[in-house]
Amino acid sequence: MSATTAFDQETARKNAQTGMIAILGALAMLGLGYAAVPLYDLFCRVTGFGGTTQVATQAEANAAASVGATRDISIRFDASLARDMPWAFEPTQSTDKVRIGQRDIATYVARNDTGKPITGTATFNVEPWQAGAYFNKIQCFCFTEQTLQPGQEVTMPVLYYIDPAILEDDTIADIEQITLSYTFHRAKEPVVSGLDRSKPSSDAS
Amino acid sequence: MATTADNFAPAADTHAHDHHDHKPNFFARWFMSTNHKDIGSLYLIFAIVAGIIGGAMSGVMRMELMEPGIQYLWWFAGSSPEDISAAGHMWNVFITGHGLIMVFFMVMPAMIGGFGNWFVPLMIGAPDMAFPRMNNISFWLTVVGFLSLLFSLFVPGNSIGNGAGVGWTVYAPLSTTGAPGPAVDFAIFSLHLAGAGSILGATNFITTIFNMRAPGMTLHKMPLFVWSVLVTAFLLLLALPVLAAAITMLLTDRNFGTTFFDPAGGGDPILYQHLFWFFGHPEVYIMILPGFGMISQIIATFSRKPVFGYLGMAYAMVAIGVVGFIVWAHHMYTVGLDVNTKMYFTAATMVIAVPTGVKIFSWIATMWGGSMELKSPMVWALGFIFLFTVGGVTGVVLANGGIDDNLHDTYYVVAHFHYVLSMGAVFSLFAGFYYWFPKMSGRMHSEFLSHLHFWVFFIGVNVIFFPQHFLGMNGMPRRYPDYPEAFAFWNYISSIGYMIMAASMLIFFVNLAYAFLAGKKAANNPWGEGATTLEWTLTSPPPFHQFETLPVIEDHHDYHDHRPATA
Repeated sequence: MSATTAFDQETARKNAQTGMIAILGALAMLGLGYAAVPLYDLFCRVTGFGGTTQVATQAEANAAASVGATRDISIRFDASLARDMPWAFEPTQSTDKVRIGQRDIATYVARNDTGKPITGTATFNVEPWQAGAYFNKIQCFCFTEQTLQPGQEVTMPVLYYIDPAILEDDTIADIEQITLSYTFHRAKEPVVSGLDRSKPSSDAS
Repeated sequence: MATTADNFAPAADTHAHDHHDHKPNFFARWFMSTNHKDIGSLYLIFAIVAGIIGGAMSGVMRMELMEPGIQYLWWFAGSSPEDISAAGHMWNVFITGHGLIMVFFMVMPAMIGGFGNWFVPLMIGAPDMAFPRMNNISFWLTVVGFLSLLFSLFVPGNSIGNGAGVGWTVYAPLSTTGAPGPAVDFAIFSLHLAGAGSILGATNFITTIFNMRAPGMTLHKMPLFVWSVLVTAFLLLLALPVLAAAITMLLTDRNFGTTFFDPAGGGDPILYQHLFWFFGHPEVYIMILPGFGMISQIIATFSRKPVFGYLGMAYAMVAIGVVGFIVWAHHMYTVGLDVNTKMYFTAATMVIAVPTGVKIFSWIATMWGGSMELKSPMVWALGFIFLFTVGGVTGVVLANGGIDDNLHDTYYVVAHFHYVLSMGAVFSLFAGFYYWFPKMSGRMHSEFLSHLHFWVFFIGVNVIFFPQHFLGMNGMPRRYPDYPEAFAFWNYISSIGYMIMAASMLIFFVNLAYAFLAGKKAANNPWGEGATTLEWTLTSPPPFHQFETLPVIEDHHDYHDHRPATA
């Protein structure tokens, strides 16, 4: 058997090569799967996808204010807590009317009623989701972790404005109210909380 | 890998020269197998066993849903009738087990591992797969994965009971903070193992099809079944690693304190859904494309005509595979996508109906004017075309972002995907099984029992799933063990359908027993003039090592007829 031998050296070499390329392709997709994590995060921040709010500087805020938009919009403030978070957490005002483009300050109050210091971190988004790209925060308690001592109560500000560009986006220009929502979670202490969760918890029922 | 092939080559040749068709002893042959036909048989047996277990789970589900209220689940949970939460968890475990088993351990092993292994090398004129030992590893990884999933049924899933009750999609946070027990870890590990097995298998198929075709067998002369397995292998290779990444993140979120999907640490549970469905949508084509390939072979054989529009058929599968990667969010219309995103995914999803339509119409055009013979594989293939089209039509309905808001997670969706899978994929599996059973076993099955099996199964599955469209349109949500009185009528009918379907499976096994005990010996080509691919030029069953002298595809051969001129 010469030319048509079943499994000659040349075929074996080519097979190893093709097989390696295929495995590399699979590994690349595995890498892409993990790369999706930072890419998704970036995508949400840039586009406001899923109601992700934007971060703005003072200079950008000044520029927005100088546009001179004449419409008002209502902002509703919402506060909630993760299941394992023992704080009390509420907005000081339930709604606020602001001029589009002008900065406004709102406050939230958090209180630690337990006997232990607890560090919390807030997640946030706006509803409707399309408004995320136009909701700019200049300053926010959600930018950093907050630690409350036993019994301590703090008033936390958020300084924000609505980008006047919202008036040119016809998927959202006609809305009258945006809801800004925060949820406080216990800040992650990785290893300890990981071990905690490996035990069946009583609140699962 | 090179050493494998080097060692393998002389061995195979010596056997061939010295004593024809020498087989190793029983243990070495079936447990250490490197022979593509034996591994294919192992995969088929494994798929049948897994299918019985997964099918039994759906039997419990239909039994429970036959009437409103909770009647039986508490018994399976080893609990009392008053314990609703134990019954509810048991339900979640059954739907999870049924879904995972049918997808990963029944349809995929049968389509790709079973028929792919058996017939891709035969159809392209290759002596075996490119990496015979890796083929063995793929199979046993799948088996161990299945055992891991079965094991998960007997360890705690959450504080309520045993087993992973997280759905086949394993969505976070239900699968992270919502189900802290080890059962979910075992279920996830099962997917890792089955996924690794499939990725290795895909590598093997790609290499085999690219490098091991007989001289003259160009890509554009390959049988359509080989094309379908090639496209499927690429989908597996590109989609499964993304699932592996997603479920590995789940594992570390569960056990090592990472927060990929936990908002408390800056993660997002929706990201899991994106990753899952980036795998999950190609996965549904992985389950149906080899079926498309088999149906093409069968329709051409029993119409005694070359398949209509060969290149269109091949590249329609390529197109389905490519577009299948960019439509995933149509599974997630209700997570809060904005209207433009929904419009894109609606349009992209509907585009898939075009290549799929090319296939359906080409099958019909193949039969048009053909000399049709309604042998057992052909009736299953005809049943496939009809039922898959029904499932495809409801798919186009569900593709609409606006309509899906209403139908999402209702029984309409359940009816849709069972029409394309439990009928589409499974009908093509039975069609392929009856088509190739004589070749694989050397025995003829009973045509009468095969036809009876077809009609009873056809009636059974339609009685199960057609009423579920009505239930879904009326708002019955999926994944609940109970429902209001208003849904009782069609649920009752649906459960009757299950019994009819189950009876048809008895006919199938009687037919198998008949074939092995009393079946006539199968000729090399039992299907006559229309069967023109290379596997029919071999004996039935084929020799342990075939094509020691490679067949040559001459210039006069086209994509359809690969028989030697003097045969």
